[in-house]
Amino acid sequence: MSNKKYWQSFGELNESEAYKKSAKDEFQEELLPLADLDDGLLNAKTPRRDFLKYLGFSTAAATIAASCEMPVRKAVPYLHKPDDLIPGIANYYASTYVNEGDITPVIVKQRDGRPIKIEGNEASTITNGGTSAQVQASVLDLYDTTRLRYPMQSDGKDFKEVTSFDAFDKLIAGAMGTTGGKPTVLLTSTITSPTTLQIITEFLAKSPSGSRHVQYDAISYSGMILANHATYGKKAIPSYHFDNAKVIVSLDADFLGTWLSPVEFTAQYTKNRKINGEKPEMSRHIQFEGAFSLTGSNADDRFLHKPSETGAVALAILSKLGGAVTAPALADANLNKGIDKAVAALNANKGAGLVVSGSNDVNIQIVVNAINEIIGANGKTINWAITSNYRQGVDADIVKLVDEMTAGSVGALLVYETNPAYTYYDSKKFSDGLKKVPVTVSFNGTMNETAELCKFSIPANHWLESWGDTEAKTGYISLLQPTVNPLFKTRAFETSLLKWSGNPSEYETYFKTYWVGKLGSADAYEKGLQQGLIQPAAPAVAGATFSNAPLADAAAKLAGAKGKGAYEVVIYQKVSIGSGKQANNPWLQETPDPLSKVTWDNYAIMSPALAKTILGLDIIGSQHQGDGYEVHPEKPTVKVTVNGKSLELPVLILPGIHPNVIAVALGYGRQSANKDRTIEYIGRSATGAGFNAYPFVTYDGTGFIYSAAVDIVKTGNTYPLGQTQVHGSSESRPVIYETSLTQFIADPERVLEEPREERKKLIPFGGKEYEKDATIYGQYDRPGIKWGMSIDLNTCTGCSACVVACTAENNVSVVGKTQVMKAHEMHWLRIDRYFTGDMNNPDVVFQPMLCQHCDNAPCENVCPVAATNHSSEGLNQMTYNRCIGTRYCANNCPFKVRRFNWLDFNGADSFPDNQMPLIGTDLNEVTIQMNDDLTRMVLNPDVTVRSRGVIEKCSFCVQRLQDSKLVAKKAEDPSLVRNVKVACAQACPGGCITFGNVNDKESEVAKVRTDKNRMFYVLDQLHVLPNVSYMAKIKNSDRHITNEKEEEGAPVEGAKKEVEHA
Amino acid sequence: MSRYRKIVQKVFASILFIVFVSLGNTSFAADGEALFKANCANCHKPLEDYTGPKLQGARARQPNLEWAYKWVNNVNAMLETDPYAKALLAKYGSRMSQFNLPKEDIKAILDYADAYTAPAALASGGGAAGAPAEDNSLLFGILTLVLAVIALILLQVNSSLRKLSEEKDGVIRSEPVPFYRNKSYIMMGVLVLFCLGGYITINAAIGLGRMKNYQPEQPIYYSHKVHAGTNQISCLYCHGGAQDSKHANIPSVNVCMNCHMAIKEYKGDPIVMEDGKSVNGTAEIQKLYKYAGWNPDIKKYDKPGQPIEWIRIHNLPDHVYFNHSQHVKVGKQVCQTCHGPIQEMPQVYQYAELSMGWCINCHRESKVNFYNKESGEGNKFYSIYEKFHQDIKDKKLDSVTVEKIGGTECQKCHY
Repeated sequence: MSNKKYWQSFGELNESEAYKKSAKDEFQEELLPLADLDDGLLNAKTPRRDFLKYLGFSTAAATIAASCEMPVRKAVPYLHKPDDLIPGIANYYASTYVNEGDITPVIVKQRDGRPIKIEGNEASTITNGGTSAQVQASVLDLYDTTRLRYPMQSDGKDFKEVTSFDAFDKLIAGAMGTTGGKPTVLLTSTITSPTTLQIITEFLAKSPSGSRHVQYDAISYSGMILANHATYGKKAIPSYHFDNAKVIVSLDADFLGTWLSPVEFTAQYTKNRKINGEKPEMSRHIQFEGAFSLTGSNADDRFLHKPSETGAVALAILSKLGGAVTAPALADANLNKGIDKAVAALNANKGAGLVVSGSNDVNIQIVVNAINEIIGANGKTINWAITSNYRQGVDADIVKLVDEMTAGSVGALLVYETNPAYTYYDSKKFSDGLKKVPVTVSFNGTMNETAELCKFSIPANHWLESWGDTEAKTGYISLLQPTVNPLFKTRAFETSLLKWSGNPSEYETYFKTYWVGKLGSADAYEKGLQQGLIQPAAPAVAGATFSNAPLADAAAKLAGAKGKGAYEVVIYQKVSIGSGKQANNPWLQETPDPLSKVTWDNYAIMSPALAKTILGLDIIGSQHQGDGYEVHPEKPTVKVTVNGKSLELPVLILPGIHPNVIAVALGYGRQSANKDRTIEYIGRSATGAGFNAYPFVTYDGTGFIYSAAVDIVKTGNTYPLGQTQVHGSSESRPVIYETSLTQFIADPERVLEEPREERKKLIPFGGKEYEKDATIYGQYDRPGIKWGMSIDLNTCTGCSACVVACTAENNVSVVGKTQVMKAHEMHWLRIDRYFTGDMNNPDVVFQPMLCQHCDNAPCENVCPVAATNHSSEGLNQMTYNRCIGTRYCANNCPFKVRRFNWLDFNGADSFPDNQMPLIGTDLNEVTIQMNDDLTRMVLNPDVTVRSRGVIEKCSFCVQRLQDSKLVAKKAEDPSLVRNVKVACAQACPGGCITFGNVNDKESEVAKVRTDKNRMFYVLDQLHVLPNVSYMAKIKNSDRHITNEKEEEGAPVEGAKKEVEHA
Repeated sequence: MSRYRKIVQKVFASILFIVFVSLGNTSFAADGEALFKANCANCHKPLEDYTGPKLQGARARQPNLEWAYKWVNNVNAMLETDPYAKALLAKYGSRMSQFNLPKEDIKAILDYADAYTAPAALASGGGAAGAPAEDNSLLFGILTLVLAVIALILLQVNSSLRKLSEEKDGVIRSEPVPFYRNKSYIMMGVLVLFCLGGYITINAAIGLGRMKNYQPEQPIYYSHKVHAGTNQISCLYCHGGAQDSKHANIPSVNVCMNCHMAIKEYKGDPIVMEDGKSVNGTAEIQKLYKYAGWNPDIKKYDKPGQPIEWIRIHNLPDHVYFNHSQHVKVGKQVCQTCHGPIQEMPQVYQYAELSMGWCINCHRESKVNFYNKESGEGNKFYSIYEKFHQDIKDKKLDSVTVEKIGGTECQKCHY
């Protein structure tokens, strides 16, 4: 095959022995995870007799257990049925996801009183209905078993329940009287709610003088805020318009993954990445970074530098654009070429360019502001008429507060929605300071590192139980309304503040009065609640006056900065776990990181070259060593030391990271101060997941810095990592097609030439009609509907929102780390990550892979019990109650999307707790999380909970399809089944998934498929006739990007070649 | 549902009647009856107070003759302002639903009520609805057994005779083995027993978990015969979910109380259970009051209520998705198709087998309300089935069954 190589693992790249073996034996498991028991049975002296005994016993037992008596089931109707509720019909309420300043307008699906699914609110002009993995997963947080169930008071050792809110209020009033007039400080994450801010102001007015509100963001954006203050005179963050930008240059800003407002930015960004066949145009995206971010993996061109060189890169860009600064020289020729490219592109698109930086260094942000001024971004792609409110914390404030706490000058500390005892860079100082504050109150809904140190705890409601409002951007209001009564004895944070400041009203009334007043009438308020949104019709766009004054100083400081050591660490966030607040969410923990594909852990990412230097492990050059590293979950560990603080971290070797840089994710290693209590306080999922990298953050006097010089020492120990990418190998078959924009414009048909040729080869075996004649199975009618999906590889950023959405919609099991390591993960939808090209700086293609619902499905033919077969609507059906678990289908699936239930992950077995004895051996607490009554409340009642021993896979959300048909039949309107939104398509912030009835030529998916130059089916040459089509990827780069090998016969071993592109 | 359809047809007919034959001063009583049954009968009776007041003489009792016409379409507003309406609410305790009926309909209803006379008492319980079909299987069984015995005797006779003739011919044979020790007979017997046993076992195994004729004792003796049969209350009044939701829903206690605020005692025919025990209807209503927390003497809820824990009769396994509205609203099936003669059941039992074969059979036979492109009749949703339209046009098909549109595929019910 003439194809360039797209590889998922080093073994695949090198075609190593172990890789070939694993590709051949796809399923290596023992028959049962109860291996010990099996051995005993087979080696026994009389296995045949034992077998008969067991057979007899189990038959008799099953008969007795199953048949003798049918259980009496009760049907208990309401006493008074609420008017707006029909049991069995889901209600949808507009609300807003709020988490540490992140804001996403959503629609909550509530079924029989339980919220079970979060969907994006498509009416929002900010997100257009997009969501993130965290938003999707947040519904499970509502049913978290570690949620606090009542207000509590600590006696120094344990928390005791306070029986009523009134009693608690009295306790607080008493305690507040003992602070001796010292100020009260309210410590929160960024709050954008107008009513909450007003209540805080009212509360502080009645508190001792000097009382104040400190906003503290776990991941700080203080550098931007201060730089904007210096250059624009505004202590805020503007709105960005990636959709207006033809050239986007990002200096280490992960704006598609974790930076500021990724859902909003993904929606904007993908708008210009959707290629129209007639008028192919797209934006150009150049990324400069040290580690490998999700955004970097989507960039058209990507250049590597050490984090200490960020300032120099920014200065170089500014000076080449004509800014009055001198840039220090950069040694890397490739990097300099990249800077030239970025400058040329920006110059060519004045007024349609945008430069963003993820740095928290004020000086870098000042330089970036100057760049944006020169390229005319101010007022075009940067909008100062509407500011973003997502992050407002200024680092100096919290540092000052901790100093005051340590000095004992704070009377009371009220902590809400923030966890500095874990996220603060010097958490010990914070914890010690906290102990010196006479009155400490935590409002956190779950126990965490900070809450357990506080003397009082009055848990606030989960956002799904709350009233509230948010102002994500100036004038963009999004409202919250409760979708369920509080599950536990919890109270809104605002109500507590109101009571404590002498206002007897509940927050609900306060909120209603505020908005009725603001909007003019109760009707307008009701309408606002119903839609969830109050947003301006057309956004104002304007610039702000730029002041060049601070630039010279900033440039001088940056030019003087030098990297200290040989190696540097980048401290980053994962798209799933983020700052670590949702670390106890098993859906997020099990979501593989888009690039590393590791679940349940963080680790030190390093390049193959650095691994060779530090570990002496040559995974490129030596197949043996490569296999040794890659095949086993056990990874070598290194001791990483930053500023005298050390961690022993497993090494994950990833190409494309700067050779002298390692990257470590935040948000892991949650631990209670009392180690025995970690499972109880922090939760089953967070316990034991990864290592805490917050101590690596440093404070430079103005802001927190998320990179540092680092010492790395090999330890000789190992640590297991659950990595999923090596599990579903495409075995180097051609599954990806891509090209560059210039090539695509020049010859649009070229990109899919190969599958066309392959298809032609099949013609001799059939007749004229490819679909009909090239099969021995005959063709079946799809008389009414034929469901189909199209996935645009160009706009898939790999953000994984779809993966979690699918999990939530379809009751997909969480299996836990031990099971992931055995390739037992259950995700119906996975995102395959392929590397290609230059080994030192590879291109990445993300390919969402799910059941392709092949019309000639190889799985269907091999099922001995017809448990999987085809429907007249083109669905590959899976009937769980017929499945006997032979797994022939999984073996025969070329896409490797079928999943087997190795254990009873959902508590579907008849015998409760029968898996408890296995905990600690083959599975952990997380594996049976869904066996728990509270957690099971999140399950979708329209989807069967699968039991042990059956195969499952993507059903195209058949419950949604059936529902849409029912709605259409009731309304007698066939157009209602035209564009059904399946869960993954609904969740996608970039709109890369389209779904619908392909028989209907008006449907979106049928229209998308008319672009024949880009539309292909994966493994088309197998003639399986998939119902999922993909759109070829196009990069807007002047590099030569193609599926064809550049030189015939030359091996694609980038490590041995020098960097040749770019 | 069939009753419903009839009512709708009658309403339709009556409207036609009014429009086209408005010349003749024909009796409105018939139309009034249909309208009364469709709109009022759930809560009103012509001759006696029910949930609401009796309708006979309503106009005469009211403040003025036009009052009723105002009232029916403005219930909510008038309850706030009108003194007579307030008095009615105080007396009967439940609010009337607001309607949107033209004046002539209201007049027809009230005319019907005024002219209504109680029908002569029904002849008897209506037991002899036809002699039960004679069951001949016992007769055939006995006949088979007799024939088998005769055959056995003949066989024995035959062998004895043969033995005699052979002895006569001088052939010496050993004593014949008695038939119960004869290996052929034993073999035959074993085979028959095996087949019979296997048949019974397999049938029993298939029947595991199937609960046809399940008729548990409920916490309240609730008679569908009294409610749906005698009193003609529409099924959907209580089980409204059947047309909207997957669940038909057992009504909540407040739905029961809509009527039973007024109906305190049972005055109908005596209810006798199968075992001969008689049921005190009034006592059962008292049980309901206890659940609802209702004090009938002061007409107030004075105690906390408690939901009723009915025993669930119709159970489908968890892996089956069944949607009532699909069958009732879209498929236009009547309740009786699956639930049997529910209006004749004093206590509900499971009428159908609710097995997969039973479902599939119906899906194979039932026809969908297919869209006819020429006439525009039928459910327009099915207009997307181009192929079937062509086949019908070409006379290859005369109708489209549920199976044709995929109604027997696995993932229509299992997902």
